[in-house]
Amino acid sequence: MRRIINLRPGRGGIVLWGALPFLMAGVAYAVASSARLAANPNDKLLPPFESFVAAIARLALNPDPRTGDYLMWVDTLASLERLGIGLAVATALALVLGVAVGLIPYIRAGLSPVIGVISMIPPMAVLPVLFIVFGLDELSKVVLIVFGVAPFLVRDLALKVADMPREQLIKAQTLGASTWQIVVRVVLPQMLPRLIDAVRLSLGPAWLFLISAEAIAATEGLGYRIFLVRRYMAMDVILPYVAWITLLAFLSDAGLRWINARFFPWLQAGKGQS
Amino acid sequence: MSRLLVRNVWKEYPGQVVLERLSLEIASGEFCALVGPSGCGKTTFLRMLLGEESPTRGTIELDGKPLVAEPGPDRGVVFQRYSVFPHLTVLQNVIIGREFERSPFLGKLFGAKRRAAEEEAEEVLNEVGLSAHRAKYPAELSGGMQQRLAISQALIRKPKVLLLDEPFGALDAGTKSQMYELLLRLWAEHKMSIFMVTHDLKEGFTLATRVLAFDKVRIDPQAPGAYGATVTYNLPLEDKIAAMAAA
Repeated sequence: MRRIINLRPGRGGIVLWGALPFLMAGVAYAVASSARLAANPNDKLLPPFESFVAAIARLALNPDPRTGDYLMWVDTLASLERLGIGLAVATALALVLGVAVGLIPYIRAGLSPVIGVISMIPPMAVLPVLFIVFGLDELSKVVLIVFGVAPFLVRDLALKVADMPREQLIKAQTLGASTWQIVVRVVLPQMLPRLIDAVRLSLGPAWLFLISAEAIAATEGLGYRIFLVRRYMAMDVILPYVAWITLLAFLSDAGLRWINARFFPWLQAGKGQS
Repeated sequence: MSRLLVRNVWKEYPGQVVLERLSLEIASGEFCALVGPSGCGKTTFLRMLLGEESPTRGTIELDGKPLVAEPGPDRGVVFQRYSVFPHLTVLQNVIIGREFERSPFLGKLFGAKRRAAEEEAEEVLNEVGLSAHRAKYPAELSGGMQQRLAISQALIRKPKVLLLDEPFGALDAGTKSQMYELLLRLWAEHKMSIFMVTHDLKEGFTLATRVLAFDKVRIDPQAPGAYGATVTYNLPLEDKIAAMAAA
């Protein structure tokens, strides 16, 4: 018998083993659901799969009788807009501050302590402050995402800039580069894919902050809807919404990964060889 | 022209003297090999020539002018590793020197100017034998090819002085001898001064017109940092200097 560390699944095996946990979860849900429904046909905790389809059809394909909106799309659009603006602002901040802090000693001396302290403030603890200062509208939700994600992105990028081989910066100087030219031709092009990776890692926190803010004060949004229908124990809406959010997060992660592979071919160069 | 004058240079760190009483006069166009054991300050000396560090005491003059305390285009450099930009292709790595020079804001050339820079780069790549690999990224090149790229990158700005920090330390013996040939040819063609740090005494004597041996002359066993190293031997290799003058 060979050691288990030397046994590898084939291509079909990888698909099968990867799908297995999903299948098991689905089967477990179906079994538990049908058991509860047999005891009580009106059970709300584990509704049957058909009720998910009905709920999605009601929210996504038919206009709401009161407002005339297609609620699921309105929610999705509102949430993605907040998330997109928040992440874009945080990424832009990280790009400017991260490169400046990592590359320029005077800016590092001036800013890195204050960034270190800000990044330790729990963002949810200042949410009331944000609501008071920026009101209950869009701005406070976007600011919460920026506040929660940007310090991590800035510090991560600053560390990566500071970790660049000193040889490269010296070499650029011996080729006559100014500080600005070093930033645009040497540092930024190498840091963009690293920044995108960092943004991928912060997608989870960003969604967390978005849904928290929406749960507390909003009039539409995916997080708002979930917390609204919780009052009626409407699992038939909550579970599809959670699945939808997960799918959106998964797709944005895959999209960012694709951008890295597509626009930064040098990252992969030479990895296939030797 | 690139006459180097070193006058009583010291380099001290807190609690440690690295170099002491260093005085040298090197004529233009010489090929100097800096040899000596590890930690004897030869790389520190190279960094001072580069402008990455400045002497604690004393002065270094290049052509009668004190050396600027930061790296600049009059002094090219090749390190043992990380000398080339991993995100640029071979050709882009070479033209970037011209782009820094001619495009202050974007650091990028377009149109006719770019084609001119590319032609110039092609010439340099031809000289070092990399033309066939112009579209590859450094990670796709072998160690010797990467070092050839690093040298051609430095050559495009036509530096007066070329500084080499153990450039061939990571290469195998066969590649090394090819690189020696290349380096000597480029040195003769471009008429620049070369300073090369090396661990390998034989390499130093094979290539250089002058070998500078760094070592500590005084050692205090109770305080290893009390005395620094200096140039213990300054050996001009007369026959090579004569050959250089004849050429």
